Amino acid sequence: MEVRPETSTPIDYIALTRDRYDLLGYPPYQWAELTDTPPWTPLTRPLAESTVALIGSGGAYREGQTAFHWKDDTGVRRIPSADPATDIRVTHFAYDLEPAREDPNIVFPVDRLRDLVDEGLIGGLAPTALGCMGGIYSVRRATEELAPAVVAEITAMDVDLALLVPV
Amino acid sequence: MPTLCLTSAYSITASVNPPRAAFSDLPLGHTVGRPHQPEFQRDLLRRALNAAVNMDAPGTIAATGVTWDSDGSWKRRATPTGMESEEDASRDGDPGDSRNVRVDTPQYQYESDRLAAGSGS
Repeated sequence: MEVRPETSTPIDYIALTRDRYDLLGYPPYQWAELTDTPPWTPLTRPLAESTVALIGSGGAYREGQTAFHWKDDTGVRRIPSADPATDIRVTHFAYDLEPAREDPNIVFPVDRLRDLVDEGLIGGLAPTALGCMGGIYSVRRATEELAPAVVAEITAMDVDLALLVPV
Repeated sequence: MPTLCLTSAYSITASVNPPRAAFSDLPLGHTVGRPHQPEFQRDLLRRALNAAVNMDAPGTIAATGVTWDSDGSWKRRATPTGMESEEDASRDGDPGDSRNVRVDTPQYQYESDRLAAGSGS
C-alpha cells in the first residue's frame, strides 16, 4: 500500500512516482538530474522595465493550431500573447487536464501577465508566447530537439526574462 | 537569457537544477494556482517575479509562500497526475496508472479544434 505524503512538506513526486511504478511493476522512471552549477545570467533591468516571454510546457496550443501528440512531441507552438486565454487549449497525457481546460491561465498565464503589465509590475510581454509539451520521456530528444528550438525562439525575441511554467 | 522557472514539484525542479525557480505548494496541474481566481494567480506571479529579483546564486529555489489550503490536507489526495477525489483517496488498493495512453496523433481538446487546424478527420 502507498504511503501518503506529509501535509507540511512539498510532495516528493519523484518518490511518489517511484512507489507507483513499483506497484505497477514498471521499471524506474529516469528523471533528468543535473548536478553542475547552472549557468547564471543576471537580470539587468528593473522588473518594471523588463519584457517577459512566457514559455509553458503544459501542452498549450491555440485554437487553429495542430495539437500536441502524447508520444515525445518536441514541437513548439507560437501563441500570440495578446489573445485571451479562452483561445488557448491544453493537451497532455500525464496530468489532470480538467482544471487547466477550465482556465488555461493556471498553466499558461497570458491573461495574468497582461494584468501585471497593466499594473506596472513588469514592463511588457513578448508578443509571442511559446507552448510546448513537457511530457517527453526521452531526455536526449528534449535536450537536442526541444530545448534548442525554444532557445532559438526566445533569443530572437529580445526579451529581458524568460518565464518558464512547467506542469 | 535570464530565466525564472515556476514550480509546484519541488523535488523534480531540484533534480533539474535551473538557475532560478519559485516554488508554490500546489497540486500538480495548477502551477499558477486555482482556476478562475485571477487575484490568486496574480499574487503568485508577483511573489515569484519579485523573488527572482533578489536571487543572487544559481540554483536558488525560492518559496512563494502560496499554498492550496491552510493545512495542506489536499496532499493526502495527491497523485503523480494531480489530485484524487475524496472518495477515491479513501479507498485502499492498487491506484492503477492514471495517465493516458501515449498516442502519436494530435490530441485535440475539442473536435472543433481539429477542424480549425485543418487536419480533417
